[in-house]
Amino acid sequence: MRVRAGPGPVLAVSAAIYVGAILLSGQAQYLLPENLVSVLGRAVALGLTAVGQTLAILVASIDLSVAALISASAVLASVVMDGDPAMVVPGVLAVLALGAVVGLVNGLLVAKARVNPLIATLGMALVIQGGLSAVVSNFAGAVPPAFQLLDQGSLLGVPAGLVLLLAVAAAASLMLNLTRFGSDVFAAGGNPEAARLAGIRTGRTVVGAHVLCSLCAALAGLYLAARLGSGAPWIGRDGVYDLESIAVAVIGGTVLAGGRGGVWGTLAGVAVFAMIDSLFNILGVDAFAKQVFRGVIIVAAVAAYAAGTRRLVA
Amino acid sequence: MKAIIAAMLAALAALPALAQNFDDPAEFAQQEAQLAATPMGPEGAPWEQYLEDSMVDTAAMAADGPGPYTVCFSNAGVNNPWRVVGWETMQAQVALQPEIGDFIAVDAEGSDDKQIADIADLVAGGECDILIVSPNTTAALTPAVEAACEALPVIVFDRGVNTTCPVTFIHPVGGYGFGIQGARFIAENVEPGGNVLMLRILPGVDVLETRYSAGRRILEEAGLTIVGAEFTDGDNAKTKSIVEDYIQRGQIDAVWMDAGATAVAAIEAFEDNGLDVPVFVGEDQQDFLQKWQQLGLTAIAPTYPTYQWRTPIIAAVRILQGEPVPGPEWVLPQPAITAGNLDQYVNPNMPPLHYAMCGCEGMPGYPQAWGGQ
Amino acid sequence: MTLAAPRPFAARLRGVNPVWAVLLLLLLAILLLNPAFAEPQGFMNFLRRAAPLCLLAAGQVFVLTSGGFDLSQGAVVTFTVVGASMLLDNDEGATGWVILVLLAAGAGVGAVNGLVVSVLRVPSLIATLGTMIALGGVVMTWSGGAPRGYLTDGFRAFGRFMWRDVPVVGLLPAALLVLVAGGALLWWLLHATTYGRLLHAVGDNPEAARLAGVPVARVRVIAFVASALSAVVAGVLLGGFSGVSLDVGTGAELQAITAAVLGGTLLLGGRGLVGGAVGGALTLSALFTLLNLLGLPQPVREVAQGLILILAVAFAVRRRGT
Repeated sequence: MRVRAGPGPVLAVSAAIYVGAILLSGQAQYLLPENLVSVLGRAVALGLTAVGQTLAILVASIDLSVAALISASAVLASVVMDGDPAMVVPGVLAVLALGAVVGLVNGLLVAKARVNPLIATLGMALVIQGGLSAVVSNFAGAVPPAFQLLDQGSLLGVPAGLVLLLAVAAAASLMLNLTRFGSDVFAAGGNPEAARLAGIRTGRTVVGAHVLCSLCAALAGLYLAARLGSGAPWIGRDGVYDLESIAVAVIGGTVLAGGRGGVWGTLAGVAVFAMIDSLFNILGVDAFAKQVFRGVIIVAAVAAYAAGTRRLVA
Repeated sequence: MKAIIAAMLAALAALPALAQNFDDPAEFAQQEAQLAATPMGPEGAPWEQYLEDSMVDTAAMAADGPGPYTVCFSNAGVNNPWRVVGWETMQAQVALQPEIGDFIAVDAEGSDDKQIADIADLVAGGECDILIVSPNTTAALTPAVEAACEALPVIVFDRGVNTTCPVTFIHPVGGYGFGIQGARFIAENVEPGGNVLMLRILPGVDVLETRYSAGRRILEEAGLTIVGAEFTDGDNAKTKSIVEDYIQRGQIDAVWMDAGATAVAAIEAFEDNGLDVPVFVGEDQQDFLQKWQQLGLTAIAPTYPTYQWRTPIIAAVRILQGEPVPGPEWVLPQPAITAGNLDQYVNPNMPPLHYAMCGCEGMPGYPQAWGGQ
Repeated sequence: MTLAAPRPFAARLRGVNPVWAVLLLLLLAILLLNPAFAEPQGFMNFLRRAAPLCLLAAGQVFVLTSGGFDLSQGAVVTFTVVGASMLLDNDEGATGWVILVLLAAGAGVGAVNGLVVSVLRVPSLIATLGTMIALGGVVMTWSGGAPRGYLTDGFRAFGRFMWRDVPVVGLLPAALLVLVAGGALLWWLLHATTYGRLLHAVGDNPEAARLAGVPVARVRVIAFVASALSAVVAGVLLGGFSGVSLDVGTGAELQAITAAVLGGTLLLGGRGLVGGAVGGALTLSALFTLLNLLGLPQPVREVAQGLILILAVAFAVRRRGT
């Protein structure tokens, strides 16, 4: 029986290294539960984005516009809310509407106009970022304190952001595994020709996956607006959410070619990155060295998953 | 649905009013006065001098015992050469202070999100006797600093935050001052009606916007023609291309820049096209200073001194020992390098992007730790 | 036996790559706005500035033709410029061997990319993403965030130097000669050798190529090496033109991919055009110059770039008929 690497072993190995390194450096106070929770809590924005990115990758597409969309969502939310608790609901609705529209355009470009997903979403990123920068050049508007509970509140001791992330991940996982749409996603990504012959409307599936992906990015923007108190046109770029969400999705076992992978694997990937960040902070190692480490991890994880396949990749 | 759209449109229309004000006449006047003021404090050590005569009593915040103390630092990042020089200078200052036993520094890599988490971590870790913060952005970091203030004394430097809870906020005169110094020099050296090209890095960065608004005001008041105000993204190739395009379209009598990282690229645009280099405003990077000396330019280098990275360490030790420090704002002198003192600052043995106004000559590890020979 | 009739002029015209028509239009627009562009000062400066992107795009074509993407080109450019500043240490005599060392290092990076894709079966998007991140970290760690030395005049000559009082053209940038030489070499490699044909075969249908006996792994590795080497040369030109900086290569690979696509290279493999890529790079540079001249703010330029990217690829897809 061939043992294939999966996100489980990757996460386990990373956790072991994390715990080991902390104990060796004599800073065991960082292993207290509240510290571990806070480590994950930092990665909420990345996690939300990555769940959406997973859906896009599952249909053999990709979304490079998420960082720009996150910035636009945060700015839109804080401008509409403008410190007024009564405007929280319209703000959230406006942002979700923006996400849906962007996802729709991305999906149509990829599925109907047959533009390469890399190019289509890269182009959209430029358009969104340009449009945003034309209107605002700094923090704009403000988020009312009530909305900031999304970042500062907690449910049963778990930070609100983490609760949101787990809820979204659970919903996505249920959707993928229990609904018709979910199985269409796997089919359309894994073998589009066969899916089409089987009667699946692959075009619609791809568009749907992109809409969901952009909605997740919009949620991440809302969360960041709550955390920072306002939105600015650079927060998406600062967090490098586009490339990092792809990285954690593939570390978590989702295959770029589509059709294989899942949301929980992606969260495992997010946890691995969060642990790397935290470990380097605690050990006081150069942030530059961390970059080298990250690059190697990404390639190593994907290589581990691909070990043994005979398929040629480009 | 209609209500939502109406709200969005109203919000968009209100955007200009929501934008931060970067053209504050009161602040402008205050910085103008500070530029001319005589600093108080030890001679020859501008990082310990102060321009506003106001002190903060810190006896209540003194640590129990003489030390050694644990000083914590949340750094916005080392994502540009100015911060790299500053960080190196700060570490050297720590080495000079035996009262500091442990120096814990965390790098936020230029992300507000990360810095908020970093500050929370440092406070929660419980090891810090005092916290120094160099905020990534003003508005986003304010709540984190306020929360930190409740647990331990906080010093803020470089960029500020929108709260008065820190013990002191250390900074040089400021952006208006920087813009004034350069623009005044141009006004003194170019006839009214002359053409000035203004080069800026990015829009929306508070410390740069104030430089631009002050500079523009003075240039316009002097009757000079501003032929363009372009954004260069801080990119050498782009700067050179932009300047070359302007050279093609007409005579340029002066170049004003809001930061000097790409100054040499702009100068080279003139050189490559066989023209004399016009009146120039740069900054204290070594490559600009050396080019200035080599070509005998008419130029000035306003500075945003990197020696300000020494001051928070000095302040931290004083606070923990209960001694008074300048506050609530510790305004450091902000000298400009002129033809008169250029020779003191040029040093070909230092790297091209080393900032001369670092106050680091004579510190432990100089010059190797700063990349020099 | 019938001889093929000479193609009528109209058909020959339709066969010309449309990117040249777009370039011509943009150049005319620039001339209208700025008649000084017609002087040697104008267009030679333009070519000097555009040369690095032209080489980057030409190199990227190799990887695109094989069906992949090389996202690490920008990091290699930055590595070249910063590495040169660290190694040269203001020593003029070191220029020669430093350039050789950088070329060797670049070839090494390309080889690693190619091997990771061919042997470890990691998709090129991920492999070169990993290289980009890791190499960026290496550059920052090595330089400590601030590059140490100046670039010597000898090194900078490639990107910066211009011969003056040249008959006919007036000015002649050294960068233009480097571009012509490098471009010709890459063109020959892709369009006039057996290797080029093998590369097209691998990109078009890797399984079929493998069954036909093509050494797929070796072909791929060479493509990545070509891409990385062109990035090193582009880095030499860029460092020469604009001096030392830490973000000289940021975003370069995405511009190179855009240029290649504008020039008719197909994404996901099967058809690559070196000449078209150079044309695409010149078109992009002309577009930026035009937007500069029109005085449009940066956000408008971003939007324009994004729309052009999407439209160019959509148009290419319609032309291909799939």
